[in-house]
Order: sequence, then C-alpha cells, then structure tokens
Amino acid sequence: MTDGPTVEQPDGAPEPESLSAAERLARWQQAGGVVAPVITAVLAFLVGGLVVLATGSNPLVVYKGIWNGAGLEWFYRVGSHEVGLPLTDATVWFPWDTGSAAAENLQQTLLLTSTLILTGLAVAFAFRCGLFNIGGQGQYFVGAYFAIWIGSSFAGMNSFVHIVFVMVVAALAGAAWAGIAGILKATVGAHEVISTIMLNWIAYYIGLYLFGQGGPLQNDLQPFSPTSNAVVEGARLPVFWGDPLLQGLHVGLFVALAALVSFWVIINRTTLGYEVRAVGFNPEAARYGGISVARNYFLAMAIAGVFAGLAGAVDMLGWRFSIGFSDIQSSTIGFVGIAVALLGRNTALGVGLAALVFGALVNGTASRNIPPEAFEIPEQAGNLSLTIQALVLLFIGADLVILYLWAKTGQKLHVGRSSPL
Amino acid sequence: MSVGVAAIERAGLDRLAFSRVLGWLGVGLGVLAFWLALPPVTARSPVVPLIVGGIGVAAGLWALRAGAGRLAWGAIAAGVLGIGLGWLATRSGVAELDQVWIWSALIAATLRAATPLTFAALGGIFSERAGVVNIGLEGMLLMGAFFGFLGADKLGSWEYGIVCGVVAGASLALVHAFVSIQLRADQIISGFAVNFLAAGITGYMFIEVYTDQGTPGDVPIIPSISVPWIKDMSFLGPAIGDMNVLIWVALLFVLLTHVTLFRTWIGLRLRSVGEHPRAADTVGISVYAVRYVAVVLSGALAGLGGVYLSNGITHSFNENLSAGRGFIALAAVIFGRWRPFGAFVACLIFGFSEALALRLPGAYGENAAWTTLFRALPYVVTLVVVAGVVGRSTPPAADGRPYVKQ
Repeated sequence: MTDGPTVEQPDGAPEPESLSAAERLARWQQAGGVVAPVITAVLAFLVGGLVVLATGSNPLVVYKGIWNGAGLEWFYRVGSHEVGLPLTDATVWFPWDTGSAAAENLQQTLLLTSTLILTGLAVAFAFRCGLFNIGGQGQYFVGAYFAIWIGSSFAGMNSFVHIVFVMVVAALAGAAWAGIAGILKATVGAHEVISTIMLNWIAYYIGLYLFGQGGPLQNDLQPFSPTSNAVVEGARLPVFWGDPLLQGLHVGLFVALAALVSFWVIINRTTLGYEVRAVGFNPEAARYGGISVARNYFLAMAIAGVFAGLAGAVDMLGWRFSIGFSDIQSSTIGFVGIAVALLGRNTALGVGLAALVFGALVNGTASRNIPPEAFEIPEQAGNLSLTIQALVLLFIGADLVILYLWAKTGQKLHVGRSSPL
Repeated sequence: MSVGVAAIERAGLDRLAFSRVLGWLGVGLGVLAFWLALPPVTARSPVVPLIVGGIGVAAGLWALRAGAGRLAWGAIAAGVLGIGLGWLATRSGVAELDQVWIWSALIAATLRAATPLTFAALGGIFSERAGVVNIGLEGMLLMGAFFGFLGADKLGSWEYGIVCGVVAGASLALVHAFVSIQLRADQIISGFAVNFLAAGITGYMFIEVYTDQGTPGDVPIIPSISVPWIKDMSFLGPAIGDMNVLIWVALLFVLLTHVTLFRTWIGLRLRSVGEHPRAADTVGISVYAVRYVAVVLSGALAGLGGVYLSNGITHSFNENLSAGRGFIALAAVIFGRWRPFGAFVACLIFGFSEALALRLPGAYGENAAWTTLFRALPYVVTLVVVAGVVGRSTPPAADGRPYVKQ
C-alpha cells in the first residue's frame, strides 16, 4: 500500500497518507457530524433501557409501547381510508391506513415535531452566534400569550388575515423578549444564560397573572376557572390530516418547515448569516474583521425569539386554543428545544430530524398512549422520557470524547491538534 | 451642586467615595419610602412616599453627576420603586396591610424561604469559585428533597434523611463533575442535563414508592430549636425564637464558607483554580481534584437545602418540589458577586419576596391575580443586577472553561 494511489480500506476508511490535512479534517467532521448524534441517541436509548430493566419492567415492551404510542407503527400498516382534506369530503386512495389510532398518534407526534422544530431553531440560531439561548421557554410563553390574546379577539376578522396577524405579533413578541437578553449581552455584557433564565420565570409569572383568577385575560364566561378565552374559530389553523376535533395535523407543520428552510438560507446564504457565524466562531476575530459583534448578538437573539414566538402561536392556534394555569406550569417544550438543537448539531436538517425523534419520544411517553403492559402506572413513561432526554444531553456534552474515540479506533486520523474542536 | 461637591472635596472626602455615599443614601431613601407606607407607621397619604422617594431619586441624580454611575442608577431605580410600591400601599386598606405586614411573622417566613436558597447558593459559590458553572443546582436541590424525605421515611429518623439527601445531591454533582471536568463537556449543557436527570429519577421513584397516594404524613421532621430567653421576647420571639435546626446551620455555613474561601489555604487554592487554572497547575495544585471536590461539595450543600425544603418546610414531597429555587440560588450567587455574605443577602431578598407572595392572597383574596406578580419581582431585580445597574458582576476568570492538562 506504499506506492499505490488512493486505496480504500475494506471498511471504507481512506488511506490516511493519500489525503491532505484539510481533506482529512473535512471528512472527519462530515462523518462525525452524522455519526456522533446517531451514536448519542442510540447510547441514550440503550442506557434508558437499562434503567427500565433496573426498575423491573421489560425494556422491549416499554420501547415498543413508546414506538406505537408515537404512531410510528403507522408506517408499516397497510390500509385504505379517506384523507380528511379541509372543506372537502373527498376520499383519496391511499396505500396506508389513515383513520386508525396509529394515524392519530402519528398526527400528534407531528404536532409536537412542528413546535419542537421551532423551539429547536430558537436555540440553534443563537448557538450559531455563540450564544446559549436557554430562554426558548419564556419566548414561547410570550408568543403564546399574544397569540391567545389576539386570537381570542377580533371574532369577525377574515380568517387568513387574522392568522397572519397573530403569527406576526407573536413572532415580534418573542423577538422582543429574547431581544432584552440580546441587548443586555451586547451593551453591558450580561451573560445570556442568566438573563434568559430570569426572563423565563418572569414570563411564567406574567402568564399566571394574566390568565389566573381575576387576571386581565382570564376567561370571561368562567370567572372561577384559571384559564384564558378560547381562540375564535376563524383564527384556528386549518387541519389537513385527521379530525380537527381530535387534534389533527394542522398547517403549522408547514410553518415549521418554512422556518427550517429560512434558517438554512439565513445561515448559509446571507451576509447576516455569515456575520452571525463569524461572531460565533470567534468574536474577537469578527470584530477585527469589521463585523459589529454587539449588533449580531442582538439580531441573533431577536431572530431566535421569532422562532420561539412562532412556536407559541402555532401551538395556540393549532391545537391548544386556550392556555391555563396547569398548561403554563407543565410546559417544557422550550427546554426540550435545547436537546433538539444540540442533538441536531444546530443545523437545519439536524434540527428537523432531532425534532422528530423528540416529538416521537415525548408523544410516545404521554400517559394516554402507554399500553398497560409497559408500565403499571402510565405517568412513569414521562419520567423515563425525561431521563432519556438527560442522557442525550449528557452524551452530547461528551460527544467530543465519542468523536475522539471513534477517530482513534476506526480512522486512525491524527487531527486532534489542528481541529477547531 | 458642584459647589457642594467641591466643598466636600476640600473637606478631604474623595469625590468617588462621596458619590457612593450619596448613591447608598438614595437606595436607603427608596426603601424608606416604601417602609413608611407600611405598618407600624402606615402613612396614608401618597405624598409621603412621593417626597421621600423623590429625595432618593434626587440623591441618585446627584450621585450620577458626581460620577457614581451604576450605583447612582440603582439609587434612582430604588427611589422610583419605593414611590411606586409606597403609593400602592397607601391605596390598599389598612386592615389588609395589618394582616400582611406582621413583621415578626414576615421575618420568620423570610428566613424559612431563604434557607434552601442559601444552601444551594453556597454550593454554587464553591463550584463557580473553582471554575465550574453549576446550572445543575436545581436538580441537586430536587434530589436532596426527595431522597431526604425517602431516607427519613424508610429509615425512621430525620438525621438519616439528611444523610440520604446530602449523598443524593453529591451523587448528581458527581455526574456533572465527571462530564464537565473529566470529559470537558460544555458545563451549561452538562448542568442542564443533570436537571433533566434529577427530574426523571425523582419523578420515577416518587411514583414507584408512593404511587399516586402522595407522601405519608407521619415522617419524622427536622425539629426546631427554642432559644430560652429569645423565645419570650415580644418581637424577636416569634421571629427567631423557634427556628429550625437547619436555619441555624445555614447561618453558620455562610460564616464558615466566608472564612474557608478567604481566610484559609483551602480557599486560596480553590479560588486560584477558578481564576487561573494554568498557574495553579504550575505550582502543583491538581486542578481536576480541586474542581471535583468543589462540585461534589456544591451538590452536597444543595442537597442539604433540598432536605430542608421537603423535611423542614413542606413535610411532604411532590414532583418538581424545587420549582426553580436552584435557579434563584444561581441568581443569588451572581447578585452577591460570588461572595457568601452577598449571596446570603440576595437569598434574604428573594426569600422575603416569596414570603410576601405567600401572605398576600390571604389578605386580598384568591381573586387578586396581581399578587402573583410579586413572585416575579426577584427575577426582575436579578435581571437588573445582571444588567449591571448595582455594581458590575465579574465572575471568576476561568468560570465555565474546561481545563485541559498539559
């Protein structure tokens, strides 16, 4: 192998000597970019299975229950049913079953995925600028509050105008909320982790005030119920798959997908994205290169807030329609967004796939979806889901090591010194 | 005004010191503006807080001119807040004010609410002074709360409960330490992960052990200490005469932490690792060992705070009992500028706000949604502090940075 040209190893690994350092680095990162998240997720589920085993349940039964609860069995269930297109009762031939419990579960998984894409992007965009946006939850809340307020007012408004109006206001509200942390970071250097944690709690208590008993936005008809008014019919997002009364899949999914595309375009194809990434790589070098670091800190947080605010609007107009005390107290969707962004390595495609994984995990472990043979008490599945999320985060944190081991044992590439990692 | 400044400068007072005195005077007047509108004074005219707070704002403006900067803005903010809160108090009924503002009861409730925060904040100080950011305090508090309760329940004594809670908090901290020190993961990601982990573990075991029946009511609780001569005094008696053991321990630990950090070689080593790990390594201090000890200690302290929360205050456990207190403790660490006494003052402020928020609905009725907003006040204050209005907060230089041995 000394004098031959590029000789491929049986396992596909290229001959190290035949590649330049830059090529090796690129290949290593590319491979690591796909392999590390997959290893991370698989490891987390394996260890999660061990936890289940330790508590005396059968992990295979549990994971099958989660798989089915997430509606993933839908993909190999052949049947024929009508597709519930809005405003029509047309039946379309379809190779898969669309009206079963599996379809309903899948619809709900995709509902969660839509929201998680948006809260994941909120974390990922700030990350690309070197900022850790823990405030996705608060920005989601603020977006949701405005969505509820405007969505439950203006009953006679044109449906399309109303929905767009709500979306724009919720996005701006999220941007303003995140922008507070951005401005503090840009002007006085306040650490965004601390300020966004504080903003989360402020948004939380503002919500309890607004929709609590006697609060200004509390339900007009039920003065003793700590919940908001319902979003009017005209402002609800059309459902394109499934029963609108049973939380069918609404067009918010396309909002989320459009956000994914916008994220990719902004980051990879615009001056703003270039500057954001430059600041994220090295703020000092970016400043030296004539980029305003402060301006990009603010813009990155504000855009992150747009995504999270939209998540709130999509949730409220799509399937929740009202927000109450218990919804606010139990909401963690913004925090799951952190795990989504990290598992997706802050790229558009990665966030999309990670949102699907976590959407399935969260929905599959919802107590109503768990079969009785998996857990004696269905709430246990939600705690298992939390544990798996924690493990994913821990393994992501340690993925430098996974990459290192992988590179050392599999590839024998010695790029440690030149790697920007 | 500049004439006055010049006169005082001639009198030998440093200009900056003078502006600082003015600034603190303004802060004090702002607090006074609110206090005057409350029992026992209960000034009923809105003019009183307006005038006192107004003088406070003026002092702040003067301090600003004299060059106090951030402190001056703090004084102006305190003055405006004093006017606003004082005005609100004058609008409220006297009966409601008298019901809420029983100072001795408020002080007792403040100390109770501040104690779990204080333990966790002291833990945060140890960890951050050694250069490891500990967002996981929340999870460690939760672990302590659950396992402290479980230990007291199953082993039959509150002392065993404390041991279990402290060990549980320290174990979770060990995970954080291993991932963030040994594997050099991002400390914020790792800390966040252990929060999820604690929520999962405690939630799982809580349901596994206590099913959906909730926790039993006959678990041995942490006792209080009656101080013989204080107990019978008129004001101090109800305030501090009959406090829980762990409140006294918390006060003691604040002092101990201060002495350890700033008066012993242990503290010197710890701080050197947090400020300049390379230099510490060079003179033979094991950076990893010090960081491990600091992080595990922080988990043990947060765990102790958790035990007090479940076994000392609520006498029960529920899922997510910690409810964000770990994050408040983190804020207290920053508020107190990484110093034990500063953090303790911050914990008292946060504890006071919690105590107040608990008493308000009793006087004003469940329908007064605005009382909820008082619970957001600590977070707003922290945000203002982080923004640097009240003095700049500078973390230890190597805080948050993994150390790579060479």
